Amino acid sequence: MTPKKDTTPTDSGYYGEFGGRFVPELLMPPVLELTRAAQEIVASKEFQDEFTAILRDYVGRPSALYHCPNISRELGLEFWLKREDLNHTGAHKINNTIGQALLTKKMGKPRIIAETGAGQHGVATATAAAMLGLECVVYMGEIDVERQAHNVRRMELLGATVVPAKNGTKTLKDAVNLALKDWIANQRTTHYCIGSVIGPHPFPELVRDFQAVIGLEAKEQFAARTMGRLPDAVVACVGGGSNAMGMFHAFVPETSVRLIGVEAAGTGEPGCYHSSSLSQGTPGVFQGTLTKLLQTEQGQIEPSHSVAPGLDYPGVGPEHAWLQATGRAEYYCLKDDRALNAFFVLCRKEGIIPALESSHAVGWVLDNADRLPKGGNVIVCLSGRGDKDMGIVEEVLAKDPSAYSDIYSAKYAVKGPKEGK
Amino acid sequence: MGSLLTTRIEEAKAKGRKAVIPYLPFCHPDCERFWTEIEGMDAAGADVIEVGVPFSDPVADGPVIEEAVNECLERGACLKGILDGLAERKGKLHAAIVLMGYVNPFMQYGWEKFAADAAAAGVSGLIVPDLPYEEAGEIKALLRAQGLDLVPLVGLNTSADRLALYAEDASGFAYFVSVLGTTGARDSLPEEVFEKLTLARKAFTVPLALGFGIKTPEQAARFGDLADAVVIGSAIVSHTKAGGSAAQFLAPFLK
Ligand SMILES: Cc1ncc(COP(=O)(O)O)c(C=O)c1O
Repeated sequence: MTPKKDTTPTDSGYYGEFGGRFVPELLMPPVLELTRAAQEIVASKEFQDEFTAILRDYVGRPSALYHCPNISRELGLEFWLKREDLNHTGAHKINNTIGQALLTKKMGKPRIIAETGAGQHGVATATAAAMLGLECVVYMGEIDVERQAHNVRRMELLGATVVPAKNGTKTLKDAVNLALKDWIANQRTTHYCIGSVIGPHPFPELVRDFQAVIGLEAKEQFAARTMGRLPDAVVACVGGGSNAMGMFHAFVPETSVRLIGVEAAGTGEPGCYHSSSLSQGTPGVFQGTLTKLLQTEQGQIEPSHSVAPGLDYPGVGPEHAWLQATGRAEYYCLKDDRALNAFFVLCRKEGIIPALESSHAVGWVLDNADRLPKGGNVIVCLSGRGDKDMGIVEEVLAKDPSAYSDIYSAKYAVKGPKEGK
Repeated sequence: MGSLLTTRIEEAKAKGRKAVIPYLPFCHPDCERFWTEIEGMDAAGADVIEVGVPFSDPVADGPVIEEAVNECLERGACLKGILDGLAERKGKLHAAIVLMGYVNPFMQYGWEKFAADAAAAGVSGLIVPDLPYEEAGEIKALLRAQGLDLVPLVGLNTSADRLALYAEDASGFAYFVSVLGTTGARDSLPEEVFEKLTLARKAFTVPLALGFGIKTPEQAARFGDLADAVVIGSAIVSHTKAGGSAAQFLAPFLK
C-alpha cells in the first residue's frame, strides 16, 4: 500500500475505515457545533496568533530539542529528545488544553469538563481554565483518584472540581463515560475538553492540530542543527496517541522518516492486562469512534493496564489505526520492566527524570537500537516529566531493590530482550 | 409487509390508550427470571418489548441501567443468548420485540449475520443510541433487507433539519428522548418537551414513543396525543431488582 500523505479526514471524520462519530443523537448538535468552530474559529489568524502567543509566553514554547551525548555514545546513534517535559505543568497535555480552553471561550461557553487518568490532562485542563477564567470539572476514576492523590490536590488548588467515577472499572475509560454524560446534559454551557486524539470527529483532528506544534518545532530545530536534514526516525509513546500524533504529523509526508509508536505491554505475562490496542487489539466502536480496541469476542471493552498510568486506555486514536493499516507508521509494545529500566537509564545517564509514559518510547529505542541505522538520528518525544511517578517507582523498588541494579550499564539495556512484532 | 412495531402501537391506539414499551436488559434480574418477566409482561399486554443488549460502556444510560447491565455482563449475558432465547419463543409472544444496544456488540457479531439471525428469531427492530444518522446508512439498509426497523432517537436539541433527515425514511416508530440527559426515572419532565414533541409530531409519519425518565402513567398522560407510546426503563429495572414483577409494575400503564 502506498503510504498516505493527505491526513485530512473526510467530512464525517474518517481516516480510511477508522474514525467517524458514534455518539447519541443528543450529542450530535454540540459535536457539529464544535466541528464548525474548529473550521471557523481555530483556523482564523486571530485565534492562531493568540494560541501561539500563549504557548510562547505561558507554556514556554518552543520546547528544547536536546541531543543526549551519553546515550548517543553508548547506542552508536544520535539520540535526541523533544523536551515536552519542560512545558508548564510538565507534559505535552498543556498544548491541547490551552487550545481547547481558548476555543471554549471564543464559543461563548463558561464551563469546561475533562476526563483524566493519571491526572496530567486534568491538571492541564484546570490550569488552562484558571488562566482563561472558565469553570472546570474533571472526571477521574475512583481508583485513579486514590493512586494520583497529589494531582487531585493540584487540580483543586487550581479551582477545579474533581468528580470520582465509581462505575465500571473505576478508571480512565469510565471517567470518559461520565464526561460524555455530563456533556449530553450540559452541552449548552459546556465544552468537553478531550485529552487525546480519541473520541468522535472532530476531536482526533482538533487535538492533533493543537499538538502538531511538537513535530513542527522538532523538524525545524533538527534542520537548523543539521543543515537542513531530516531525522531517520521519530518515536513516541502511545496511550490515546496525542503526543505521538503531535510528533508524527509534520513528518507524515516525509516518507524517509520512520514513525514509531510504542504502546504499553503491561507485565508481559500471557493473559496479563496491557494497553496495546494497536499491537494486539481489533477494530470496533468505542467512545464515539471506530478504532482498534481491547475487547472480548462479544464486543465488551476489556480493562487495560500499564505501569504508566497515562497509557492505561483500552482504545487508541483512529488516525493511528489508519497510519498502521496503511503501513506509514509502525507500532510496537514494551513491557513495564523495560520502561522502568529506561526510566533509570535516562535519570542516571542524562540527568532527566522522564514520565513513565515517555519511558516506553525511550525504552524501545534503548532495546532496539540495532533496528535503527548506525549513526542515524532518532528523535524521541519526551512527553512529560517523571515527578508524578515517584510513588510508583518507589513502590517497584521497594518490592525488588535488586531489579534495577543494572541501570549503570546502558549496554545491558541495548542487549535486553526485543519487544514488538 | 408493514412493520410489526407500527402495527402493535396502532392497535393500542385503537383501544384508546398509549402503547406500552417496557425495557429490560437481558439477564436482569437474573438470566432465568429475565424470560419469566418477558413472558409475564407479554401476557399482561405489553405492546412492544425492548430487550437490552448489555454493553460495558453504556454512554446513554443513567446509573440504574448501567449498574444492572454490568451485573448482567457478570452473569455472562451476550447477544447470542438473547437471539437463542427469542428463537425458542418465536410465535409465542404477542408483543413485538425490539433490541436496544450499542454499536460494538452488534458489530462484533457481524451486522449481516446479526440481521439474518435476529429476523429468524422474530426480532422486529433495533434501537442503537450511538448510531446517529450519519453512521447509520449501510447498517439501516442491511437491517431493512431482513425486514428489521432501525428506530431513530431524537430529542429536545434535535433541529428541524435533523428531524427531517430522520423522518425521511423512518420505519417502526421514532423514539423521542424526553430529557437532555441519560436514562433514569425522573419526577418531572422539562416543559420544553411539549413544544419539541409537537415539532417531532409534525416531522414523523411513523408513531412517536416518549422515553427516558418516565415512571408513572400520569407523566405520559400530560402529553396527550403528542405521544403514541411510552418507554419505561429504569423504573421497571429498579422494581424488578427489588423483587417485584415487571407485569405488576406495568398494570397501571395498560389500563
Ligand atoms: C506524560 C504523558 N505522556 C503520554 C501520555 C499518553 O497520552 P497520549 O498517548 O495521548 O500522548 C500521558 C497521558 O496522561 C502523559 O501524561
